[in-house]
Amino acid sequence: MNEAASENPAPQGALPGERALVVRNLHKRFASGLEALRDINLDVGYGEIFALLGPNGAGKTTLISIICGLVNPGPGRILANGYDVVRQFRQARASIGLVPQELATDAFVSVWSTVSFSRGLFGKPKNPAYVEKVLRDLSLWDKRDNELRTLSGGMKRRVMIAKALVHEPDILFLDEPTAGVDVELRREMWALVRQLRDQGVTIILTTHYIEEAEDMADRIGVINHGELVLVEETRTLMDKLGRRELRLHLHQPLNAVPAALERFPLTLEGNGHELVYTYDTQQADGDIPELLRRLDEQGIEFRDLHSSQSSLEEIFVNLVKKRT
Amino acid sequence: MNFYAIGAIYRAEMARTGRTLLQSVASPVISTALYFVVFGAVIGQRMESIAGVDYGAFIIPGLAMMTLLTQSLTNAAFGIYMPRFLGTIYEVLAAPVSSLEIVIGYVGAAATKTVILGLLIMITARFFVDYQIDHPFWMMGFLILTAVAFSLFGFIIGIWAEGFEQLQLIPLLIVMPLAFLGGSFYSIKMLPEFWQTVTLFNPVVYLISGFRWSFYSTADVPVGLSLAMTAGFLVLCLLVVSWIFRSGYRLKS
Ligand SMILES: Nc1ncnc2c1ncn2[C@@H]1O[C@H](COP(=O)(O)OP(=O)(O)OP(=O)(O)O)[C@@H](O)[C@H]1O
Ligand SMILES: [Mg+2]
Repeated sequence: MNEAASENPAPQGALPGERALVVRNLHKRFASGLEALRDINLDVGYGEIFALLGPNGAGKTTLISIICGLVNPGPGRILANGYDVVRQFRQARASIGLVPQELATDAFVSVWSTVSFSRGLFGKPKNPAYVEKVLRDLSLWDKRDNELRTLSGGMKRRVMIAKALVHEPDILFLDEPTAGVDVELRREMWALVRQLRDQGVTIILTTHYIEEAEDMADRIGVINHGELVLVEETRTLMDKLGRRELRLHLHQPLNAVPAALERFPLTLEGNGHELVYTYDTQQADGDIPELLRRLDEQGIEFRDLHSSQSSLEEIFVNLVKKRT
Repeated sequence: MNFYAIGAIYRAEMARTGRTLLQSVASPVISTALYFVVFGAVIGQRMESIAGVDYGAFIIPGLAMMTLLTQSLTNAAFGIYMPRFLGTIYEVLAAPVSSLEIVIGYVGAAATKTVILGLLIMITARFFVDYQIDHPFWMMGFLILTAVAFSLFGFIIGIWAEGFEQLQLIPLLIVMPLAFLGGSFYSIKMLPEFWQTVTLFNPVVYLISGFRWSFYSTADVPVGLSLAMTAGFLVLCLLVVSWIFRSGYRLKS
C-alpha cells in the first residue's frame, strides 16, 4: 500500500483499499506481430498523480489506449475504478477522462457544442453551469462560441482537456499534455493538474519532460520496449538511484588517492587535478566535513569545489540504456 | 441504454446537416426536380402512360428512390468516416456507449435526413407533375425502411473506406447504375423476357417497385416480396455492423 493511495479518499461507492487503476499481466501484440506491451502490472491509488515515462515507441500510448478502449486488449486484466474495462465497460469508461496525444477536433463546431457533446456522450444530463465552470477553469470561456478551426493549437489542447473533464471523471489520462505547448500554458496545465488532484481526481500522464515528472508526480513508472521496468515513488526513486557528487579542483595534481583517504569512495579525474567524491543521497552528508578535515591534514589544497545531484533525466537514461 | 449519448450523437449529426444544408439538402432536391421537369413534364407528355399511370407521374417514385439511395449512402458514410479521418472517433470509442447506441445515433440521424429529403423531393415534384399516393402509410413505411437500410449500408462503407474516393465508389459505381437499371424510368415488364429475369437480380428493383406500388397500386414484383427484400437487406447490414463492432474492424487495432 503506498502512501498516496491511503491519503486520499476513494470516490463514493468505491470499496476501501480499492485502486483507481489495476493492471494485471497485460500483454499486447499488434497485427503486425509487434509486441507492444509485455506483462504489464500496475496499481495506481486514488488521488495519485502517476507519471509514465519512456522513450518514443515504448508503449505508453498503447497502454493508455487499451485502458480507455481505443485499442483491443491482449491477454490480461484491467480494472478502472474497480470495474473491468471490458466486461463492465460502461461503469469503467464513465469514470475515465482521456486527453489523447494527438490533437483531434472537429472544424466547424463551436467550443461550447463540442464540450457539451462530450458530456452527453459520457451519459451525463445537460448541465450548462458545469460546462461553464470547466470552460472558465481552462480559460476558454471567451472562446465558447468560436469554431474550433479558428483556435490555436494550444487552445485546441485545452478544448480536448475540457472535453475530458466535462463528464466529471474520477481518473484522468493525459497523454503528453505538454507536447507543443508554450511555457505559460504548460505552467497553467500543471496548476490545473494539481488543482484536479486536490479535487480527488486520479491523474495518469505521460511526458518526455522529465523535470515535470520529477516535480509533479507522486510516483513514476518507466516503460521501455513494452516492459514496465520500474515503478517507484518519485522521492524514493531519486534517493535510491540519484547520486551526489562532490568535485574538488586541486591546486597540485595527485598521482594516486592518498592511503589516508582510502575509506572514502574517491576517484581522480582530469590528470589528477580533480578529486571526485561520489555518494548516495541516502548516505548521511556527515562524511563531507570529515573528508575536508582529512584533506586539510594531508595538506591537499583545493581552489574550488562543486557539488551536484544526478537528475531524474540521468537516472532515466541509465535505466533505459541498461535494458537496450 | 445511454440515451444521453444517443441524443448527443444524433444532435451533433443533425447539426452537421444544418451546417451543410446547401450541399446535403438543396442540391439533391434541385437535381431531382430537374429530372421531373425534363423527363416528367416535358418528355413525359409525349410518352405513353405505363400501366394506366401518366409517364411523368410513373417515374416519380423511382427517381425519388434513386436520389434517396445515393444520398443516404453518402450521408451515413461521411457521418462515420469524418470522425475516423479527423481522429475524433477516439472519443466515441472511449465513451461508455455500446455499438448499438453508436449505430442508433449515427444511422438514426442519417435516416432522418433521408426521410426529410424524400418528403421534400415529393413536395417539389408536385409543382411539376400531378400524382397521387394511394397508400400513404405504406409509402412512409417503404421510405423509412429504405432510409434505415441504406444508411446502415452507408455506415458500413464509411467504416470500410480508407480514402475519400472509396467513399464515393459504391454510391456512384454500383448503386447509381443499379437504380438507373432498376426500373426508375420504365416498368421492367417492358423489357425482353431474358432481361426481365436478369433484372430480378438487381435488388433495387424491389425497392422501386414496392415504393411505386404505394403510389399507384401497380408493381413489377409482388409488394410482399419488395417488403421482404428491403427488410432482408436491412437485417444483412445489421449483421455486418454487429460483426464490425465485435471485431473492431477498421476501428481498433
Ligand atoms: N496500431 C498500431 N499497429 C501496429 N503497431 C503499432 C500501432 N500503434 C502503435 N504501434 C507500435 O507500438 C509501439 C508502441 O507505440 P506507442 O504509441 O504506445 O509508443 P509511445 O510510448 O506512446 O511513444 P511516443 O512517446 O512516441 O508517444 C511502437 O513501436 C509503435 O510503432
Ligand atoms: Mg505516445
